Amino acid sequence: MTTKDVVITGMGATTPLGGDVASTWDGLLNGASGTRTIEADWVDTYELPSRIAAPLAVEPNEVLPRVRLRRMDRCEQIALIAAHQAWSDAGFELPSEDAEPVDPERLGVAIGTGIGGPLTLLDQHETLKSQGLRKVSPLTVPMLMPNGPAAHVSLELRARAGVHTPAAACASGSEGLATGMDMIRSGRADVVVAGGAEACIHPITVAGFAQSRTLSTRNDEPERASRPFDVDRDGFVMGEGAGVVVLESAEHAAARGARIYGRLAGAGITADAYHITGSHPDGLGQINAINTAIGTAGLSTTDIGHVNAHATSTVVGDVGEATAVRKALGDDVVLTAPKGALGHLVGGAGAVESIVTILSLYHGVVPATRNLENPDPKVELEVISGEPRETNAAAAVNDSFGFGGHNVALAFTRS
Amino acid sequence: MTNEEITSGLASIVEEVAGVDAEEVSVEKSFVDDLDIDSLSMVEIAVQAEDKFGVKIPDDELANLKTVGDAVDYIVKNA
Repeated sequence: MTTKDVVITGMGATTPLGGDVASTWDGLLNGASGTRTIEADWVDTYELPSRIAAPLAVEPNEVLPRVRLRRMDRCEQIALIAAHQAWSDAGFELPSEDAEPVDPERLGVAIGTGIGGPLTLLDQHETLKSQGLRKVSPLTVPMLMPNGPAAHVSLELRARAGVHTPAAACASGSEGLATGMDMIRSGRADVVVAGGAEACIHPITVAGFAQSRTLSTRNDEPERASRPFDVDRDGFVMGEGAGVVVLESAEHAAARGARIYGRLAGAGITADAYHITGSHPDGLGQINAINTAIGTAGLSTTDIGHVNAHATSTVVGDVGEATAVRKALGDDVVLTAPKGALGHLVGGAGAVESIVTILSLYHGVVPATRNLENPDPKVELEVISGEPRETNAAAAVNDSFGFGGHNVALAFTRS
Repeated sequence: MTNEEITSGLASIVEEVAGVDAEEVSVEKSFVDDLDIDSLSMVEIAVQAEDKFGVKIPDDELANLKTVGDAVDYIVKNA
């Protein structure tokens, strides 16, 4: 594998804070919250203990035409919306009969998801039970399959260099970026549309997470519910959203004079092999992921100004992560945790928060952690809270972890 | 039901399922070649046509309905 430079030239997102990157970033800087009370009967029907979630700020039907919507699962819809934005932001037109802005054989896709299309699976099962076979959509399988989001992006952008769907639970989005970087470094592609998406707010997922005791039940104060690193945190807030970036070899980007946001300089992917949901108590996998990310990036620990923490606002997870980061990077690194504002976007989280990390370096300002009022004394690193903080650091790390023992750390640098 | 009414009913189904403007849907048009409708959408169109016109369209008959006119004739004969 060569040490080919991989740069970010386009970004797109749809999140609980806004329908694009700019509104999401503004929301983070201004301390907005994406968490609201779930306005659906099923919360009462099933007496769910968590009655809050972080839904999209902009519904897909405000963006995509009706017939496209009915052929795609919600997860596919939002991946496509974010990919459109990223593609256009990178300065590309959609492919047409006359023009292909990137050679299709050199264009790849790597968009991860935790679950894929459970809303379609469940909805069509209801249709089968209540109305029979005839009314089941012939698009059921392509809508529920987890590679559907990546496949739709491949179709839209005419990407033929390979389409990948990392499934690493809540680390899927970050693994999407890592996969894209590998595709470029190994010479398989010049440009990769990479990211993650999730849309699975449904009674069964809320019930399942509730039964694993991982959701916040601060139902009377939705906007204060997601509070990473705060001593009063009580679980995560289930969110939905997608983030997609255009990764490009530095040569390809330079040849077309592209605007460069920053560099994806290294990635570390490890597994705990310890417990199906819990992180290893020594944090070895998390530490190794960070070390590998900065090692492959050719960086040293002192280059890293801040870590965009995975920090979902669970009691055990946040402290374990802070301890692992401190062991990997020392006492001077600072943390920030966007999930205080965004909620937890599951398979979209790592991708959206990679965009946040890239913008932090690009603009020289790191968003604060919403709702961090009383830092947990067991967290032995400084966490940015209150106001955003200026930074002139050259590099930052984005951490993502997932059920199954997945640890993904991405090292970004300024261009 | 007249042929015109059947054609117009089919056109609204095609518009609903495949997003083709109903005015584009006329008897001489081929579903695949002219209206760009794929085999998955044809299954949905057939199910909706069965309900709307009270016919059965088995898969081996569906395969023979190349144009909108073919479908109208089939419905007239079998309704």
